[in-house]
Amino acid sequence: MAEHDTAPDTAKELGAFLERRREQIGQRWADAALFRTVFTVSRDEAVEAGKAVVDALADVARSGRLEDVDAPGFGTVRDQLGRMAAARARAGYTPVQIAGEVADLREPVTALLQTELQDADDVWVHACAQALAVLTATLRLVIMETTVSAGEELIERQRQQLLEVATPVINLWDGVVAVPLIGTLDSARSQVVMESLLEAIVDQRAAYAILDITGVPTVDSLVAQHLMKTVAAARLMGAECIVSGIRPAIAQTIVHLGIDLGSIITRARLADALAYALTQQGIVVSPRPATGASQR
Amino acid sequence: MHAPIVSTTRVPIGSDADLAWVRQQVRQSAADLGFNLVQQTKLVTAASELARNALVHGGGGHMEMTVLAEGAHHGLRLSFVDAGPGIGDVDLAMTDGWTTGNGLGMGLSGAKRLVREFALDSRPGEGTTVTITDWVSGLPAPRTGAP
Repeated sequence: MAEHDTAPDTAKELGAFLERRREQIGQRWADAALFRTVFTVSRDEAVEAGKAVVDALADVARSGRLEDVDAPGFGTVRDQLGRMAAARARAGYTPVQIAGEVADLREPVTALLQTELQDADDVWVHACAQALAVLTATLRLVIMETTVSAGEELIERQRQQLLEVATPVINLWDGVVAVPLIGTLDSARSQVVMESLLEAIVDQRAAYAILDITGVPTVDSLVAQHLMKTVAAARLMGAECIVSGIRPAIAQTIVHLGIDLGSIITRARLADALAYALTQQGIVVSPRPATGASQR
Repeated sequence: MHAPIVSTTRVPIGSDADLAWVRQQVRQSAADLGFNLVQQTKLVTAASELARNALVHGGGGHMEMTVLAEGAHHGLRLSFVDAGPGIGDVDLAMTDGWTTGNGLGMGLSGAKRLVREFALDSRPGEGTTVTITDWVSGLPAPRTGAP
């Protein structure tokens, strides 16, 4: 179809038509569910949004790139289309239903086109209608593309956030730092843990580092290996590492799995690990004697 | 292994994220069936090792999770299937500390110690299937170490 002789002309004609009729098309689209339910502040807002899409389509048509989802004309409305699709998705509509709503936008435009060209040659009218069909199909692809890439971006952003959020290094005492590990300890996470722990050891001049695994649901051989590597790295930095938060079920599992953590200092609770670190440094924490209590 | 099958679930193993999903599914099913916390943890850990083996050495595959019932006693059978290169020497692969990768070499042998029944079927060039089964409260085998 794109190779057809009249194709560039029909595309230009379509562009000119869309430009002439932007007001009417905008008005009609404002009543379509896709615009009506997304731009709820006022009808004018929906009309303006509709006209913005018409302008973009006219621009694409004039450039003759009817089938090109990357046509520059779409650039101005890409964000708006993404927001519209996202709003419909949040309202519980499936991608197929949203695509259907986009396809429905063609009908009022076709009607206008036929009214305007009712005296023209049949072949010409048909070619224009075809061009419009191609253009709306491309619009549909653009909207689907923005939806998918928005979802991927969101997931990637959340993944990055998780990496940071879940690995705080806490300064428990002068020279004692602790990392409470939470969730799955995969290779990427354990790399972040190791880096932030080693940095904290340097910054805080820590002699003791506590890795608390209370929040790690499964300790398999890979997690154990990550722990051992982190402990070894901390040791190279001159800090002694203590692994705490080993629950009874985890302890039994590690033993059956056959992993030897014998070279690592381990404690059941974080409090025990801190007590060990303090004792090793000769720090004694004792309760304040109650006032009036006699010394025995 | 003639116990009647109650239900079967299939979980894909294709990425690190899938491993987390495998662990969650196994933990949930084990908890629902009434496995105690130690049994749950052992089963989930064994599943994690075997699923990772299927991913790293077998290039991915799937886990088939089957709920078994023998009278009033329930069990869980997990099959880890991959279509990878297979295991050349099964006895060697079952040796503690032996690994072709960068791991500790405890996964396969460790997983066997964590569960009641363990079966390994591997054909070079065709793939590997590891099946493990465990029963709630240690049945049908005699109880050991019960208070």
